[in-house]
Amino acid sequence: MTGSLRSRQRLEPDVGTTVYHQQFATLPNEGPTWLGPMRKRAMERFEAHGFPTPKNEDWHFTNPAPITEEAFQPMKPALGTVTHADIAPFLVGHAEWPTVVFVNGRYSPSLSKVDNLPIGVQVMSLASALHEEPTLLEQYLGKVACYETQGVAFTAINTALMRDGAVLHVASDTVVETPIHLLFVSDAGAEGGVSYPRNLLVVERNARATVIEQYASLGDARYLTNSVTECVVTDGATLHHYKLQREGMKAFHVGHVEVTQARDSHYVSFSFVSGASLSRSNIYTTLAGDGCGATLNGLYMLDGHQTSDHQTRIEHAQPNCYSREMYKGILDGSSHGVFNGKVYVHPIAQKTDGKQTNKTLLLSDRARIDTKPQLEIFADDVKCTHGATVGRLDDLASFYMKSRGVGAETTRRLLTYAFAAEVLETIELEPLKEALEAMTMARYTGSTGK
Amino acid sequence: MMLSIQDLHATVADKEILRGISLTVSAGEVHAIMGPNGSGKSTLAQVLAGHPGYVVTGGSVTYMGQDLLEMQPEARAHAGVFLAFQYPIEIPGVSNAYFLRTAYNEVRKANGQEEVDPMDFLDIMTEKLQLVEMDEAMLQRSVNMGFSGGEKKRNEILQMAVLEPRLAILDETDSGLDIDALRIVAHGVNSLRRPDKATIVVTHYQRLLNYIVPDFVHVLVNGRIVKSGGKELALELEAKGYDWLIEEPAAVGA
Repeated sequence: MTGSLRSRQRLEPDVGTTVYHQQFATLPNEGPTWLGPMRKRAMERFEAHGFPTPKNEDWHFTNPAPITEEAFQPMKPALGTVTHADIAPFLVGHAEWPTVVFVNGRYSPSLSKVDNLPIGVQVMSLASALHEEPTLLEQYLGKVACYETQGVAFTAINTALMRDGAVLHVASDTVVETPIHLLFVSDAGAEGGVSYPRNLLVVERNARATVIEQYASLGDARYLTNSVTECVVTDGATLHHYKLQREGMKAFHVGHVEVTQARDSHYVSFSFVSGASLSRSNIYTTLAGDGCGATLNGLYMLDGHQTSDHQTRIEHAQPNCYSREMYKGILDGSSHGVFNGKVYVHPIAQKTDGKQTNKTLLLSDRARIDTKPQLEIFADDVKCTHGATVGRLDDLASFYMKSRGVGAETTRRLLTYAFAAEVLETIELEPLKEALEAMTMARYTGSTGK
Repeated sequence: MMLSIQDLHATVADKEILRGISLTVSAGEVHAIMGPNGSGKSTLAQVLAGHPGYVVTGGSVTYMGQDLLEMQPEARAHAGVFLAFQYPIEIPGVSNAYFLRTAYNEVRKANGQEEVDPMDFLDIMTEKLQLVEMDEAMLQRSVNMGFSGGEKKRNEILQMAVLEPRLAILDETDSGLDIDALRIVAHGVNSLRRPDKATIVVTHYQRLLNYIVPDFVHVLVNGRIVKSGGKELALELEAKGYDWLIEEPAAVGA
């Protein structure tokens, strides 16, 4: 079966594979000496496996065909017509926060604001870091995010074809309360194109940092974002990582986040998804030291024919670590949500404490959720739980509100918002929490909620 | 007569909980409904408010000349019925202030009155907060989220104070309250007593009735009112318990 499929693919190679091969062949040979061989290896891995199909367990519920069958061309550098006013709506929280802006996948110095960085924090574009910080990049770039298997074919493509992105380095013992905002916008010039944002976030010993990684559209273009973010959280360090996917409704987004955590480190992630026609968000973390903690929360709100697929993977590779996951989805129209939460507890990882929940609210009879908790536990002294609920609004809460005189429609709207708010409340970065709450409140109630 | 309940029967999951209740309440009166656990007293309170989990299988309830059982829960609230919940519901992300203002305005709108803007509403709230000795900071917290048991009950009375119902039904508002919280809650309820309003207090213990003094006490056992009397009946129940009343109907039936 597999053999015949392979041979058919050889006869008629799918459009996407050829397109990426061409892009690779014409890539300028720049950067440090180790980069070329890494790109080449990644391209070879991709070509060996091809794109995943729903036959691949990791893509069982989402067929990436709408992305893989399209011949996206590398995005042209933006024309420089994007203004501060254009990006202002996406400056969630405070406009004064250091902001690194990318337009159509390329760093925009004029739109960025990095002159106010706290001491100990270094931020630069990947393009310049390849020249200025080759040692840091050689140590980590392509070392955290695996690109070896078919399931991560998009990561292999990104590794082979990446051009730009953000590199953040936080020095040891640096506690940064101000978040760093990485903002990736696409304008009308993105039509038919693909960008490969590649980010590297390194938080050194006992340091603490907060990063917002946001993807948004300025127009209604049809394009693909294929992003990879590698995070290195070293001994005793903490990284708060908020990813907001608010691409346009015709856009595609495949975003891969992979994290490695050392002893006593904490990684706290929130994935907020409201955009894109079809999106896949991977968030993988490896608890590679004793006493780590990982918190992976998220909210996806879909409508129309949107699809959003989250795959989280937590590797408990060492003892005495905890992981917490709460993902919630609100699905309207004919939308399709997918949540696949993998938790691997290695034989050595005794005293692991893991908890996962996925709750979905279906607002329409045509909306669909596939939820798949996947716990594989090879240690005996562990506490791991998971739970998934799918349903409609709580009757008792509805009765409570109505008994105060609140009408049926307002009750429905407020409780829909409240469903989302339960997970938004876990966001520790107060101004961001308020911004996302206001956005969600407006979406479901048409009110500001004040 | 404000409320007239005639031979009311109700079931939950096909189990009959109310088995023929008749009760009339007039303006200005306070009625206490007492009874052992499982007697149906909370069910009665919830049926009056329109809880969707109960099915009325017989009898009638007339409130202010209207068929109460035909009305949606929100319409009952608009007409002045209020239930203080035994277990108030938590609503994440919706602030107490926003919830209360929404409820207040929906009730006003339904009664042909103008809506009140947030600033004017804050003035109303400030006064009501004092009544239940609650801090203004409570207004910005999500409805009942992370509230202690006492705070939840006080929040119920705050809602009642804001909505100024004609018929207030308190469902075991005293359960889980320490004496200070009990006094605050009772003070709130007493301050809202008016000649044109009525209160039904559902309680297991006589304790609350030291503070909210009833005009009538009804004892509910096994889905029926087995005894009615004045406030002294509550004291008798406190002294003797419910057992003597539970055995009585069995003897009659045999």
